[in-house]
Amino acid sequence: MKLRTWLIVLVTLAVAAGPLALSALAQGGGSIFIPLLVYRTGPYAPSGIPIANGFVDYFTLVNERDGGINGVKIAWEECETQYDTKQGVECYERLKAKNPVLVNPYSTGITYQLIPKAPVDKVVVFSMGYGMTAAADGRWFPWVFGFPTTYWSQASAVVRYIGAQEGGLDKLKGKKIAHIFHNSPYGKEANPTLEELARKYGFELTQLAVDHPGQEQKSTWLQVRRLNPDWIFMSGWGVMNQVAVKEAAAIGFKMDRFIGNWWSANDSDVVPAGDGAKGYKGATFHAPGTNFRVHADIVKNVYDKGKGAGKKEAMGEPLYNRGVVNAMYAAEAIRTAMGKYGNKAVTAEEVRWGFENLNLTDQRLEQLGMKGFTHAVKVTCEDHEGNGPVLIQQWDGKKWSLVSDWVAPMRDVVRPKLEEAAIVEAKKLNYTVRDCAKEK
Amino acid sequence: MIYREAGQFKTTYASDQAIFPVVQDRWVVAALLVAAFVVPTALASDYWLQAILIPFLIYALAALGLNILTGYAGQLSLGTGGFMAVGGYAAFKLTSVFPGVNILIIFLAAGLFAAAVGLAFGLPSLRIKGFYLAVATLAAQFFLIWLFNKVAWFSNYAPSGTITAPPRTVFGLMVTGPQATPEARYVVALGLAVVFALVAKNLVRGRVGRSWMAIRDRDIAAEIIGVRPLRTKLLAFGISSFYCGVAGAAYVFLYLGSAETLAFDINLSFLVLFMVIIGGLGSILGSFLGAAFIVMVPIFLTNAPHALGVSLPVALLKQIELMIFGGLILFFLIVEPHGLARLWQITKEKLRLWPFPH
Repeated sequence: MKLRTWLIVLVTLAVAAGPLALSALAQGGGSIFIPLLVYRTGPYAPSGIPIANGFVDYFTLVNERDGGINGVKIAWEECETQYDTKQGVECYERLKAKNPVLVNPYSTGITYQLIPKAPVDKVVVFSMGYGMTAAADGRWFPWVFGFPTTYWSQASAVVRYIGAQEGGLDKLKGKKIAHIFHNSPYGKEANPTLEELARKYGFELTQLAVDHPGQEQKSTWLQVRRLNPDWIFMSGWGVMNQVAVKEAAAIGFKMDRFIGNWWSANDSDVVPAGDGAKGYKGATFHAPGTNFRVHADIVKNVYDKGKGAGKKEAMGEPLYNRGVVNAMYAAEAIRTAMGKYGNKAVTAEEVRWGFENLNLTDQRLEQLGMKGFTHAVKVTCEDHEGNGPVLIQQWDGKKWSLVSDWVAPMRDVVRPKLEEAAIVEAKKLNYTVRDCAKEK
Repeated sequence: MIYREAGQFKTTYASDQAIFPVVQDRWVVAALLVAAFVVPTALASDYWLQAILIPFLIYALAALGLNILTGYAGQLSLGTGGFMAVGGYAAFKLTSVFPGVNILIIFLAAGLFAAAVGLAFGLPSLRIKGFYLAVATLAAQFFLIWLFNKVAWFSNYAPSGTITAPPRTVFGLMVTGPQATPEARYVVALGLAVVFALVAKNLVRGRVGRSWMAIRDRDIAAEIIGVRPLRTKLLAFGISSFYCGVAGAAYVFLYLGSAETLAFDINLSFLVLFMVIIGGLGSILGSFLGAAFIVMVPIFLTNAPHALGVSLPVALLKQIELMIFGGLILFFLIVEPHGLARLWQITKEKLRLWPFPH
């Protein structure tokens, strides 16, 4: 009975104190606020941790080295989503109260949730290399940005790369390519492009779905064995990647013919498979490793001051660098907005203009210490994708190294499909098209 | 003292059979209802409506459905997520085929589809009981999710397989889609929850509910006194799935806005089952209390350190949250196995005697 009395007191207290705790949210001050939806726990943590660290380290670098973007500090707050859409939306709604200028959802599911909210809440959705590919048509989706490239472009670039390895795109005829994908909006995103390319080049495409979270893949790899494909392309995420790489090694699949997309090629994906993972390839749109000036700057200004988000040794993992690149794009877009609207805490609408007019040249990359790290990007009102090329990297058992030059996507195939899909998706949301000639 | 029944005489059958026989209860419930409609729409921020109150109401609706089946009729089900998915996808398909039809009618029709599916998966309950039935409903969960994932027709051939709630109005007010205000969606969700709670309350205290409880308490005895197991069990499955279907439609249209099958996975089934268990099996109020507990406690635990000004790494915070939440569930179940509804009942008993207990 005593315990039960305690319980009643506890419940009463919770009912009384709950609203207070929930409403006492601090408001952002004279800085630019960027919410970071991260997942440092759960089945997707192996992928989520390095990205989150890359992000925070770059923003810390900008604040420490330059005193912010043109003197305006960046403020951020992490919110744990566990890669779960509902928790992600809860995070977004909570952090929305702090007037964010942009949001990086880091989950295609959450991106789909936030795209309809973006024009209403006036928050830029920057889904770098993920999310809804159709939203890369800026005439229909002014608030969504997906540069430097999209899943569809990536799939076409990988097919081009495979073609080059086989000795020409015409040699693809009759070849068997399997696509192993995470059974979610994210994993399915590349399917239409691959099907289109299979028709065009005559290769035999098999789509193999792996259900969330992807720890159980025996049946998938049994099918792979039966099929004996010439190439495997994988759209995996989180724990699914390491399981797939291990399974591929276990059935003795030629690892240099197994290509992961840019979310399936990180250190944490290959290390568990040990030597079996040697030769595994992955797509990317920036270089791996730490041989760039920006990394030296991060070490000097962030880690040596004890402000690093992760371990110093983990720097340079592909996904860490992905976080750095993403943070850099965001910072440069804000800087572009400041170029027009002045060096102050710019608003989300001004940042949207900054994204749309971002022109990241090679000179600018050189100044940022990122020469050779990634390629120049120019965003326009029509094209929120940049149609960026893709690199192929390979795991040698110890580190990733680049094994290809920039592979161009097949814009002639992707862009018309993208524009069609943009109309379909925009119609669902009752959007109207804007005239880019009038935007300036 | 405050809560005194002395002097309240029941002179008619109707007053004796009222849902709230005590006058004070009636006043409190009426005041709460008015407050529920007025206060949040006027005062609550987008965050409160969007992230706390709307999901709470929708989960409560689903918990009501499961409580009918598990709490009242005693049929353990792990297929809630699947039945909610049927409701969500049916509403999506129906409203894209008949865009002119009022969205509330679409919700009800979606509920009917879910009820039909629930009936089909309820058939095994005539032969198998307890944990074995749970496994059979688990099959429903996995089969339905697989089906919606596999057949692109359900998502109108969207390449990503995501269904998006189109903009729809009720009496000229936008209630679904991105332009709908959280206030409008909240009022619709609240209306659904209130109406369906009232219907459920009346169902369970009538003939149907009594036959459910008879089946739950001892099915052979129930059969002997003339309760037909086939009809009773299937009715429980049908009505429960109807509730879950409406909740699923509301889940997509009022809360998430767009959803993939992952939103309806097995975790959702467990979540709703926990709500029912923590809230109180066989209690309408319990469904609401359980939903409030499961929705709000994790959010409260995440926000509490911020409010206190303590800054912790998010990963650590999440782990602490999970541990405390799990601990709380255990604590509750040990101290009050009959759930929050029972706790409320005890508090009421105490209030009746206060300040002069025996």
